[in-house]
Amino acid sequence: MLSLMILVPLLAGVIALFLSANGARWIALIATLANFALGIALWATFDPAGAQWQFVEQIGLGGSVAWALGIDGIALMLIMLSVFLMPICIGASWRAIDRRVPEYMAAFLLMEALMIGVFAAQDLLLFYIFFEGGLIPMYLIIGIWGGAERIKASYKFFLYTLAGSVLMLVAMLVMIQTAGTTSIPALMAYDFAPGLQWWLWLAFFASFAVKMPMWPVHTWLPDAHVQAPTAGSVILAGVLLKMGGYGFIRFSLPMFPDASADFVPFVFVLSGIAVVVTSLIALVQHDMKKLIAYSSVAHMAFVTFGLFALNRQGIEGALLVMLSHGLVSGALFLCVGVIYDRLHTREIARYGGLADNMPKYALFFMLFTMASVGLPGTSGFVGEFLSLVGTYERSSWAGVVATTGIILGAAYMLFLYWRVVYGTQRNADAAAMPDLDARELWLLAPIAAAVLWMGIYPESFLRPMRADVGRLLERLEPSVPQSDAHLTKGKSQPASPAPAGHVSADHTPNAPAESH
Amino acid sequence: MNFAAFVPETLLTVGAIVMMMVAAFMGSRGSAVTTWGAVLLLIGATFALLGAPQSDGPIFGGLVVADGFGAFGKMLIFLSAAVAIIAAHNWFERDFEHAAEYPVLILLSCVGMAVMVSATSLMSLYVGLELTSLASYVLAAYRRSDDRSAEAGLKYFVLGGLASGILLYGISLLYGFTGSIQFDGIAAAFARDGTQSLGLLFGLVFLLAGLAFKIGAVPFHMWAPDVYEGAPTPVTAFFATAPKAAAVLLSVRVCLDALGPAIDAWRQIIAFVALASIILGAVAAYGQTNLKRLLAYSSINNVGFALVGLVAGGAAGASSVLFYMAVYLVMTLGVFLCLLRLRGEDGEPLEAIDSLSGMSQSRPGLAAAIAIFMFSLAGIPPLLGFWPKLVVFQAALAQELYLLAIVGFLGSVIGAFYYIKIVKVMYFDAPGRALAKGGNRIEGVLILLAALIVSPLGYLLIGPLSEMTNNAAGSLF
Repeated sequence: MLSLMILVPLLAGVIALFLSANGARWIALIATLANFALGIALWATFDPAGAQWQFVEQIGLGGSVAWALGIDGIALMLIMLSVFLMPICIGASWRAIDRRVPEYMAAFLLMEALMIGVFAAQDLLLFYIFFEGGLIPMYLIIGIWGGAERIKASYKFFLYTLAGSVLMLVAMLVMIQTAGTTSIPALMAYDFAPGLQWWLWLAFFASFAVKMPMWPVHTWLPDAHVQAPTAGSVILAGVLLKMGGYGFIRFSLPMFPDASADFVPFVFVLSGIAVVVTSLIALVQHDMKKLIAYSSVAHMAFVTFGLFALNRQGIEGALLVMLSHGLVSGALFLCVGVIYDRLHTREIARYGGLADNMPKYALFFMLFTMASVGLPGTSGFVGEFLSLVGTYERSSWAGVVATTGIILGAAYMLFLYWRVVYGTQRNADAAAMPDLDARELWLLAPIAAAVLWMGIYPESFLRPMRADVGRLLERLEPSVPQSDAHLTKGKSQPASPAPAGHVSADHTPNAPAESH
Repeated sequence: MNFAAFVPETLLTVGAIVMMMVAAFMGSRGSAVTTWGAVLLLIGATFALLGAPQSDGPIFGGLVVADGFGAFGKMLIFLSAAVAIIAAHNWFERDFEHAAEYPVLILLSCVGMAVMVSATSLMSLYVGLELTSLASYVLAAYRRSDDRSAEAGLKYFVLGGLASGILLYGISLLYGFTGSIQFDGIAAAFARDGTQSLGLLFGLVFLLAGLAFKIGAVPFHMWAPDVYEGAPTPVTAFFATAPKAAAVLLSVRVCLDALGPAIDAWRQIIAFVALASIILGAVAAYGQTNLKRLLAYSSINNVGFALVGLVAGGAAGASSVLFYMAVYLVMTLGVFLCLLRLRGEDGEPLEAIDSLSGMSQSRPGLAAAIAIFMFSLAGIPPLLGFWPKLVVFQAALAQELYLLAIVGFLGSVIGAFYYIKIVKVMYFDAPGRALAKGGNRIEGVLILLAALIVSPLGYLLIGPLSEMTNNAAGSLF
């Protein structure tokens, strides 16, 4: 099943290379939709209460690498995110890309195969191959179909990511040497010596922090986002950034629990700076894509906060932030793409008053802005709230700093929305833009539905991952330090940490929104 | 004595003499005959290799040995030399009238290389090296009418002569202080006296310096860019592949066999040479505008990676070097075959990196092939070029050479920059000058084959190839 999901886009990509522009578009759409259907089947047959690893495949390739695939709930949700966004990306490029279409579609399909591979790989080296392999199609996508500064952006993207990853590769080789296996499940249960864990953790951190991206190695992201074509930004923000968070969950936390616990203050400091600094930077941007790119960095800091809170609320919250951000930032880039296609500028000042001539657009843009801000009822709220609760429990100060990010996030997103959609219509050409057409509606509506679904009933997304988070916490338990939260019994109900997360998750719409 | 073990060399020597006669009597008309004759001879020699009995002991009184390591090396050398001959034929036919003795020189060079990889004595080492080098000097200056080619030949000859002198001096020191020119005798002396003996130490350093020159490793690399640029392109393709592999393999055997007990002494030297090659090969390529010069630095860079495996030492290290060289040969031959196809509309060969600009639109297939080779040379998975780098560093990490591995990997990131720059020129830049269409069909098939091996499909070869290299490396010990 998983191999099939990798093979379908791969083969379609090869075929697309030999077709005409229209043929390539259609085969890309059909292949990605087929993969989405396969993904739904995967989700439907995944048993949340079953074994940790499901759909396991294992074929030895000789040497020390094996074609070993398998997923747990976390990987399942991220694969779902990838296959969900892919058809939308193809649709978003339907008309925006008019030159070298077959190559473009092939690059995207290759990208999809590699992304699924990253989340499904159960062999350390196979994971690395997929993880790094993604550089090639993305480099080409930014470089060939990107904006004016595309070459610098593509170099920066490529070399930053590569530099981070090679350190991880050294660490992987050391791990293979020490543990004598390349199997990820086996390594997740292997106890490395605490001293070694530190080094390994740092090497993995170098890679995932760049991918995530965390402050101060985030500078490639705004460039890459701004220059990439719309669909490239969607995939970059939607899925590629999630590989960093996935890496932390799959490698750093379970494989090096002691080091992870030791590095909590380090990660919190970096994330705290990221939240405040990048939010402030976002506030002063003139370029819409750049603003959203900086907001991505800030949102990813919630992920690292939540993950390194090392408790259930934090980790589940981080996972939901990842999924939600994948949808929301993707949708926001699409929203930018919609007006960029009409006016060919991303300058915020060139727009204004779009609510008058593009009401449908204004509605969708509003929904995604609110989701990005974290309004209750949208997907953004659930994840951010849980991750903040977890962070607060680990360290009150970190919780306070992280929460300012919500306020600043509301500030820059609402400011953006106000400048683009409200106000007077300053520019005649912007005022003459037509509203969303059917194709664009079809792109935005599914994301909007998913965002609301995740906001109102996040349980469907949390259920497959709950057992995995539990296993992760079990693994972390011996090394997690005492938190500075002094939990005391309330008057009526016991405040035990584990159910608290679920309560707030299940009653999202009613939960108080004082964190905003 | 078992002559059967020496069949490939005998075949090539006799064949080379016959071909020389053909070239002498038929003149330039004989070029097709000598070319395909030489290719057949090389393929025949490869088959003879497969069938040759693996003698246990040394032959010719301990001058050479026919073991698995040598056989693997010869296989690589013969096959890449055959490709180099095929590639040259079409190229010389087009621009240059006199090509009949070209294959003969390569055949003779191959005999020298075969002796190099199977040498177990300093004497045969030197003879093999010189036979290879002499043929190479002539090849570098093969286009007499071209100033650059003549300059390349002269430069190569003078510097090569100097290196041979250094090498000989080292050999004489080693002989003087050990009383033996046999590898096992030298090893015994090192085991006895260790590196306390200053004479032995000096001999070792000079020997390694001479070998480093032949490999083209930093700090003895200066000749490489000039010679690569000046020599006719098919000759450059040959230089970058077979002789390089032979010299690397020779160094492996010398270090592990003759200097085995002195591993602590040479490990530092090779580690320095390896890292210096990786970093200089990556940094110096930065400003190059000529593709052949760039590939010269790329080969310096690659040799550095291969030597990382040698630093690791042991059977695992030797095996990783063999693996690295095997994949390196495929990638490099692939790139050069593409480069040979690169001609302007009037058929003039192009060498400037600029001339590739926008090539992905005028020659999409060729551009895709070059892009695959470039990403692979940069060591980006999922292309096969990633795997040999992984293997050599795995060997190094097994010996706990952490710093070497980290610096080496970071060096590969620097190197990646100029490889992806080529991709940028081909894919991102606006189309430049028009390129000639078409090309030789056989070369096209070879390019396709190399690209397929380098593509992710090549991962299926990892199993068999690593088994072969492990067996070959095992025969050293």
